[in-house]
Amino acid sequence: MPDRNPVRIGVYTCHCGTNIAATVDVKALAEFAAALPGVVVSREYKYMCSDPGQDLIRHDIRDHDLNRIVVASCSPHLHEHTFRTALKVGGLNPYYFHMVNIREQASWVHENKAQATRKAKDLVRAAVCRVALHEPLERGRVAIHPDVLVLGGGIAGIHAALTLANAGKHVYLVEKEPTIGGHMAKFDKTFPTLDCAACILTPKMSAVRSHPNITLLTYSEVTKVDGYVGNYKITVLRHPRYIDEDLCAGCLECLEACVYKQAKVPDEFNMGLGKRKPIYIPFPQAVPQVPVIDPETCIQFKSGKCKKTCIEACGERHAINLQAEATTQEIEVGTVILATGFRAFDAARAPGYGYGRYPNVYAALEVERMVNASGPTAGEVILRDGRRPQAVGIIHCVGSRDENTNRWCSRVCCMYSLKLAHLIKEHTGAEVFNFYIDIRTPGKGFEEFYQKLLTERVHFIRGRVAEVTDWVFDPSEDGKLVIRVEDTLAGFVRRIPVDMVVLATGLEPRADAPEVRRLFNISCASEGFFLERHPKLAPVNTFTDGVFLAGCCQGPKDIPDTVAQAGAAAAEALALIDAGYVETEPNTARVIEEICCGCKTCNSMCPYHAISFVGEIHKSRINEVLCKGCGTCVAACPSGAIRQNLFEDDQIYAEIEGILTHA
Amino acid sequence: MARSYGYFPGCSLKGTGRAYEESLLTLFRVLDLPLAELDDWNCCGATSYMAIDETAAFGLAARNLALAQMAGQQDLLAPCSACYLVLRKTQDYVGRYPAIAQEVNTALGNGNLKILNSVRVRHPLEVLYMDVGTRRLSEKMQRTWHGGPVACYYGCQMVRPYTEVDRAFNPTRMDELLAAVKVPTVDYSLKTKCCGGSLTGTTHSVGVELNRILLKEAVRKGAQAIVTVCPLCQYNLDAYQSEIRRITREHIEMPILYFTQILGWALGGDIGSLGLKRAISGRKTIGQWFTETRVEKEAYA
Amino acid sequence: MQRELKLQREADPEWARHLSERPGCEGVFSCLQCGACSGSCPLSIYMDFTPRRIIALAREGFRKEALRSKTIWLCASCYSCAVNCPRQIHITDVMYSLKREAIQFRLYPKRFPVPILSQEFYKMVRRRGRSSEFWLVLRLALRSNPLMLLGMLRSGWDLMRTGRLSLKRERIRDTGPLSRLTAERKPLPARGLAPGEVA
Repeated sequence: MPDRNPVRIGVYTCHCGTNIAATVDVKALAEFAAALPGVVVSREYKYMCSDPGQDLIRHDIRDHDLNRIVVASCSPHLHEHTFRTALKVGGLNPYYFHMVNIREQASWVHENKAQATRKAKDLVRAAVCRVALHEPLERGRVAIHPDVLVLGGGIAGIHAALTLANAGKHVYLVEKEPTIGGHMAKFDKTFPTLDCAACILTPKMSAVRSHPNITLLTYSEVTKVDGYVGNYKITVLRHPRYIDEDLCAGCLECLEACVYKQAKVPDEFNMGLGKRKPIYIPFPQAVPQVPVIDPETCIQFKSGKCKKTCIEACGERHAINLQAEATTQEIEVGTVILATGFRAFDAARAPGYGYGRYPNVYAALEVERMVNASGPTAGEVILRDGRRPQAVGIIHCVGSRDENTNRWCSRVCCMYSLKLAHLIKEHTGAEVFNFYIDIRTPGKGFEEFYQKLLTERVHFIRGRVAEVTDWVFDPSEDGKLVIRVEDTLAGFVRRIPVDMVVLATGLEPRADAPEVRRLFNISCASEGFFLERHPKLAPVNTFTDGVFLAGCCQGPKDIPDTVAQAGAAAAEALALIDAGYVETEPNTARVIEEICCGCKTCNSMCPYHAISFVGEIHKSRINEVLCKGCGTCVAACPSGAIRQNLFEDDQIYAEIEGILTHA
Repeated sequence: MARSYGYFPGCSLKGTGRAYEESLLTLFRVLDLPLAELDDWNCCGATSYMAIDETAAFGLAARNLALAQMAGQQDLLAPCSACYLVLRKTQDYVGRYPAIAQEVNTALGNGNLKILNSVRVRHPLEVLYMDVGTRRLSEKMQRTWHGGPVACYYGCQMVRPYTEVDRAFNPTRMDELLAAVKVPTVDYSLKTKCCGGSLTGTTHSVGVELNRILLKEAVRKGAQAIVTVCPLCQYNLDAYQSEIRRITREHIEMPILYFTQILGWALGGDIGSLGLKRAISGRKTIGQWFTETRVEKEAYA
Repeated sequence: MQRELKLQREADPEWARHLSERPGCEGVFSCLQCGACSGSCPLSIYMDFTPRRIIALAREGFRKEALRSKTIWLCASCYSCAVNCPRQIHITDVMYSLKREAIQFRLYPKRFPVPILSQEFYKMVRRRGRSSEFWLVLRLALRSNPLMLLGMLRSGWDLMRTGRLSLKRERIRDTGPLSRLTAERKPLPARGLAPGEVA
C-alpha cells in the first residue's frame, strides 16, 4: 500500500572507528546528506551498530517524526537486521530502511580520500532517493515440521540423530551403505587415547537401532527434495537387499549356507584386502544386523541356476526375497542435517609413491583394516607378498598441502600416522620411519601422544619423500623398497630401504558432493567441501535456513571435532523446531494478475520452482514461501506483470538517478 | 599420409647423434611421412645459453620457430630432448611473460622476422604414438625381433616439465611402441633419472657415476640394451662403458640404441641406413640382433 | 676454530625481493622447505648446498653464499625438482637465474669447467649460429684444464672411428641478423633494485 504521507528521512553516517572515517570524510558526508531532498535529520556517529547508535535512530523517529531511515555504514550482511530491528523498536515498519555500504564499497577499497568521499556521497544520495519510495512490508511465518532428516550414518550423523531423538524429535537417518558406522567403523584404534573404534562406536550404533524416535533407512539415498524451509518433502530411494529387514533375525546362517564355500569377491569394507561372498554382512557389528545380496556376483542373479541354499537355511522365517525391487519412500521433515562425510584421497594419484605398482605400498585405510583384529589378516601385519615387514616407512601429506593434488592440510593425517606407527611397531616390532613436513598435533592430549611416539623410538625424519623406488644402489637394498629423502634436519640426503610403505592419504570431498549440494541448494567453497554460513560464528549453518552441516562434509576434522559439530548442528535444528516457525523475507516477487497474459515464460525460469500456472484463470502464480527474491522472473516477464517487493521499478530507477546526478 | 613435418635436427644430430638422424629419416621414409629439414636453422641454445643470457636464449630459439612459421610448417619435430624442451619453453614463456615477449619480438624485428605461436613443437616419440599409433605400427611390421629384452630410457627433458610427449612419472609410450613391434621391455625404474647431460664433459666423474647407475640397474632388471630418445643420453650411456668397466670391475657392456633404430628395423627399413655402425658399445650384440629377416605375411582380419 | 654466525646486516632482503620478481622465480617465498626437491635431485648428493638450502639462502637474502655455491653448476636442468615441488616452484629457473648472475659477476672458481662450457658455447653460437662439438670441447679444455684432453682421448677416438666426430665448423648462412638477435643484455645491478625500478 503506497504511503501518501510526506517523507521525513533520517540519514546516519557511521565512522566505524577509523574503518570508514580514515578514508571517507564522514563530516562532509553528513553535511551533504542534510541538504538532500526529504532529509530532516543527518548525523554522524562513531559506531552506529552500538546501543547508543541505535538509540539515536529510535529517539529521532520519536522526536522528529521520521518515517524513513538511511544508515551509511558497513555491509548489510552484518547489520541490516540490527537496524531494521531498531526501526521496529522505534515504532516504524522495518522496511522503511535502506542501508548504504560505504565501508566495503568505499573506504576499504579506495585510497584516495576525495574520490572515496565523492563515491560515498553518490551512494548516499541514491539511497535517499530510493528509500523515499519504500513501502511497508511484513515478514511471513512458516511453520516448521518437527521431524528431522539426518543424511549420513557415520559418527556425525549417529550423534546428531541420537541427540535429536533424545530431545523427543523424530529423526530419519538415511545412509547409503547397508550399515551405519561410516569411516570410523573401519578404524582399528582412535587417537590419542587408542580407544578401540568399534568399542566406542557400536554402543551408539545399537542405541540408534533401538531408539523409538529414530527411523533407520540404510542402503538408501535421497533422490528428490521438494518443498521449502520447514516443510521438505523428500523422496528416499531404498535399494533392495533381497532380505527383508523385518523378518530377518540376524542369525547369519544364510552366509554359512551360501554355495560359495570360499569367499571370492573383493571385500569393500576391508578395502579389497579380504574377500566376501555374494551374500554378506559388511562387518560383524553391522547395524542393522541384516545381510545384503550383491546382484553383480550372486549366481542366482547372473545365471538363474543356483541351488539357493541360503533360502533353505533361512527356513520358516522366509526372510530372503530374491524378487525384491527398489522402493521409494516419501518423508516429510522440517530440517535437514547433512553428515555425508569424506572420501579418502586415491593414492594412485600420487604417481611417484608406487601405489598400485609395487604390491607392498599401502594406503592408510588399508593398514587400518590390516591391524584390526577382525580384519582380513586377523590383525597380523602380513604384506601382499606374504612377508612380515622389518622396516616400515610412513609418508605424511599424500594428496595434501600440494598444488599438484589438494592444497589444504587434511588435519588428521599427522595424528593417524603417529597412531599407525605405534600400532605397526606394536604388532611387528619393525623399525618405523615417519616422513613429514610438519608435525601437526594441536588437540587435547595430542602433544603427549607425539612425545610417546618419540620415546618409542619411532624415527621422525623431516623431509617430503620424492620417490619410492625398487632401484638398488647398495646391495643392502636388494628386495626392498627404497625411500630417497632429504633429512632436512640432520642435513643430508638418505636412502632408507623398507619392506612396507604406508601412504597417509588426505581427506577430500566425496564424489557425490555436487549432487547432494544441488538437491539441498547449498554452496561449497573452492575445495569442494560444503560451505558454512560463517567460518567462525556459524560453522554448522548453511546459507539455506533449516539445512545444517556436521562432520567432514564441511571440512576435514577428527572424531572429537566431528561429534562436537554434530551436537551443534542438532542444537541449531532443535532451536528452530522449538521456536516452531521460520520467518520469511518479504522481498518476494508477485504477479499482477490483471497484466499477466498467461504466456508461462516465468514458470520454467524459476530456479526454486516457485511459480505455478493456474489453469482456471490462465494466470501464473508465485508461492511466496518458495520464492527467494532472485528477480529472474521479474526481468523475464515480457508483459512486465511481475513486481518484486523492495525492488520495485520506481525504487530502482530512483536509485540509479541518484547515482548519476553529480553533486 | 599427406601431412609434412618440419624437422629441426639441432647441432647434435649432425655430429655425435648422427645415428639418430639416419634412423629417423629411414623410419619416416618407411612410414611415408615427409620430413622437411628447416632451412638455415640455428642452434637452440640448449642449457648453456640459458645460463648466460635469458632473453638471448629465447631469441635464439624463437628464430627457429619464426623460420618454421614462415616455411608454412604446422609441426616442427625436434628429436633431441634438449632442443625440444628449449623450443617448447620459449613458446610457453613468451606467451606467459609480456616482458620477455616484448624483448624477443623486438630482437626478432631487428632480424627481420616475426614470431607467432602457430607452430606446434613436437617430439618424434609423440608423433609416432599419436599420429601413427601402435596399431598401424603392428600392421606394418616386417621383421620380428629376435634380440633380447630392452630397457626404455626416457630421460628428463622430454617428459619434464612439459608432459605432452608422455607422463612425467612412469611414462610408457616408448614401451608401448616397442611392444607393438614385439620387442620385450623390462620394468625399468630409472627410466626418467637424469644421465647428467653435459656433466660428463665438465665434472666427469660425477657424470660417469650417474651413467654407471643407469647401466647397472638395466642389467639388474634383465635388459640387454637400453633404448633412448636423446642424443646426449645415448652418447653418455654409450661412450663411457669401458671406463665404467674399469671402475667397477664388472662386465657391463650393452648397446645403447635409438628407438627409431629399432622401429626402423622392425618396419623393414634399409639396415645400412639405421646408423647401427655408429655404436661404440655392444657392437657385437647389434650385429647379432639387427639382421636381415622377413616376417611371414599373415592374413590380417 | 672457525666461527659460523650470520649477522642480519649480511643479509640482503632487497636482492631476495628482486630475485622473486624474475620470470620463473615467483614462488620462492611460498617454499615450505619440505625437501622434496633435494630428495628427487640426482645431483643433490654432490652439492654443497642442496636445492632446498639454496632456496632458503636465496629468500633470506644470502646472495654471496647462493652465488658461490657449487650447487648451481651441478644442476643438470633435469626438472625433477620442479615436478615434485608441492608449491610448484620453478626451481630450475631459480638455478638458471643464479647461474646468470654468478657469471655476470664472475663469482665462480677460476677455470671451473661448467661455466666455461656455457661461455664458450655462447660465444660460438653467437658468432656462427651453430655449435661444432669438437671445437667446443677443445676450447673448453684449453680454457679450463688442458689435461682434460688426455682423459678424452679414448672417447674422442671412439667417436672418430664411428664417424661421429665432425671437424666441420658449422655455421648458418646469414649470421648478420644473429648478432642483432643476441643483443647486449642488460646487466643486473650488484645489489637489488629500488622499489618500482625495473631491470
